[in-house]
Amino acid sequence: MADDKAKAAAYWSANLRLIVGSLIVWALVSFGFGILLRPLLSGIAVGGTDLGFWFAQQGSILTFIGIIFHYAWRMNKLDEELGGE
Amino acid sequence: MSQFAINLLFVGASFALYIGIAIWARAGSTKEFYVAGGGVNPVTNGMATAADWMSAASFISMAGLLSVGYVNSSFLMGWTGGYVLLAMLLAPYLRKFGKFTVPDFIGDRFYSRGARLVAVICLIIMSVTYVIGQMTGAGVAFSRFLEVSSATGIWIAAIIVFFYAVFGGMKGITYTQVAQYIVLIVAYTIPAVFISLQLTGNPIPMFGMFSTHTESGLPLLQKLDEVVRELGFRDYTADVANKWNMFLFTMSLMIGTAGLPHVIIRFFTVPKVADARWSGGWALVFIALLYLTAPAVASMARLNLITTVYPEAAGQVENYEEAMANALRYEDRPDWFKTWENTGLIRFQDHNNDGRIQMYNPAADMSDRGWAGNELTINNDILVLANPEIANLPPWVIGLIAAGGIAAALSTAAGLLLAISSAISHDLIKKMIKPDITEKGEMLAARISMGGAILLATYLGLNPPGFAAQVVALAFGIAAASLFPVLMMGIFSKRINDKGAIAGMLAGLLSTLLYIFTYLGWFFIPGTNMLPNTADNWLFGISPLSFGAVGAMINFAVAYAVSYSTEAPPQEIQDLVESVRSPKGAGAAVDH
Repeated sequence: MADDKAKAAAYWSANLRLIVGSLIVWALVSFGFGILLRPLLSGIAVGGTDLGFWFAQQGSILTFIGIIFHYAWRMNKLDEELGGE
Repeated sequence: MSQFAINLLFVGASFALYIGIAIWARAGSTKEFYVAGGGVNPVTNGMATAADWMSAASFISMAGLLSVGYVNSSFLMGWTGGYVLLAMLLAPYLRKFGKFTVPDFIGDRFYSRGARLVAVICLIIMSVTYVIGQMTGAGVAFSRFLEVSSATGIWIAAIIVFFYAVFGGMKGITYTQVAQYIVLIVAYTIPAVFISLQLTGNPIPMFGMFSTHTESGLPLLQKLDEVVRELGFRDYTADVANKWNMFLFTMSLMIGTAGLPHVIIRFFTVPKVADARWSGGWALVFIALLYLTAPAVASMARLNLITTVYPEAAGQVENYEEAMANALRYEDRPDWFKTWENTGLIRFQDHNNDGRIQMYNPAADMSDRGWAGNELTINNDILVLANPEIANLPPWVIGLIAAGGIAAALSTAAGLLLAISSAISHDLIKKMIKPDITEKGEMLAARISMGGAILLATYLGLNPPGFAAQVVALAFGIAAASLFPVLMMGIFSKRINDKGAIAGMLAGLLSTLLYIFTYLGWFFIPGTNMLPNTADNWLFGISPLSFGAVGAMINFAVAYAVSYSTEAPPQEIQDLVESVRSPKGAGAAVDH
């Protein structure tokens, strides 16, 4: 029982760490590169415009897909190790 | 075969398909009716979620919104980024919880009928406002492509939805949404591929947008920037000044997306917690197929439209003013122009009586060119609807667009109607008014409330309140400020109690409503706004449409403050939270 509790706590804190890491990437590509940091990226030309514009219209969406699949893959592995699934 | 016959064939065939699915997927139990028995494959559910989510507005209007330029990238990032929140912060745990509706979780987790009732009210306000747009969208598609009145179109749409939603419930809706997704994505992609090929030689629109415009030899976006600049508009790719507001608007759309009940309940239909996570990823893949193409359609269609009006500006241009002097003669306008003039979505008025069409920023002064005002008014919705005609595509592509627009409207309407009817039959009737109702009785109640919801949606679609467009923003604001924060806190904090949740929801909801009504009028009645809706008057430069994110923060703060100054939730609730966090032992599923 105590072992179960410790396992559950470890599972949950691993989940939280993964979520925080994913959200940092999530915010960086959209709010960061796509909006607030766009002036910093204006020197990098992409097809007639700059990298920030590309992130706002394409890059952020592609990264979001990567984030969700990465999260699902890592969590499903964690389920096997600690979640008892 | 005439264009009308082709359109009729495509739309008719798609309807036959939906009805066939409805007959096959008849729901036999409340579990099948509410959550399709919990046995939907995660990829299938991803596809159904994509159709559920992509509304008539996404299909018809989004490219038009994006064609304004960079500033509206908020819609792209906001409406997709919400799925990251949904897949990590809500979907897996709510699936584990294993009940039928969103208020179900709020009512149980916060052990409170009051919290459940507030959640039901929020759900109904946002879903009803959202469904109005779907019904009117279906009406527009019918009236344009099938030569019936918009009202007849709305009635036809209502009857089709009634057929598969009332009989099939979530099970029928799921599989029709899969079919509708395929129809709408094919319809959206084919014209986009052809236009990309014509303009850039690249068959993939999302790459074509960033490659070279064949006729001028310049990068497409650079060409577009030059052309719109010469017509007095802001550069297409120009950065915005008020980044703070763009940030908050994007954030509001993201949080709002993650808090929409009709999307959340789709994740109740998969067999396991792990499937709910995968399913979020698949949903975004299927959504991205359209959302990555939409900005390409936007930029290419805008360039196409301008070079149709100013043919000489399309190639290599030394002097734009000379090139634009020879604008298209009104008598030489193409056929699609005439078709859309009939619908009133394109309007021409020859201010300087030179027989040519001058289209430019109405706010710019071009009198030195002999132009006496912008002469062409275009409803941006035609960027998608008229795309195949502008690009000279064969008639069957137009039939496909008709079927696609209707599919987008119907699939979203059905999801919303299910969210509304299950909140009524399950949360209001079963959980609050008549707990001893039988399974059969609840099924009947669910079907009757579905029928009632369809009638209400039809009525509102036929008599749309003048503020329909603004209310969609309201729906996102409410979802962001009321439901998302309590759902998240209910999972990630054991300390939030019933009082905190109710206070948080009400604070978020009321502050958002208050802010929106201050600038847009009380209940959107024109003239009752207390401050003019201009940037100078906004609090800290926040537009009313961007306030949802602030409302969400207020909700979080109030819920924490109230919860920590009152007693902790009882032990069994803390155990419930613990069990929701663990993927072990999610409820059994029914195979299809």
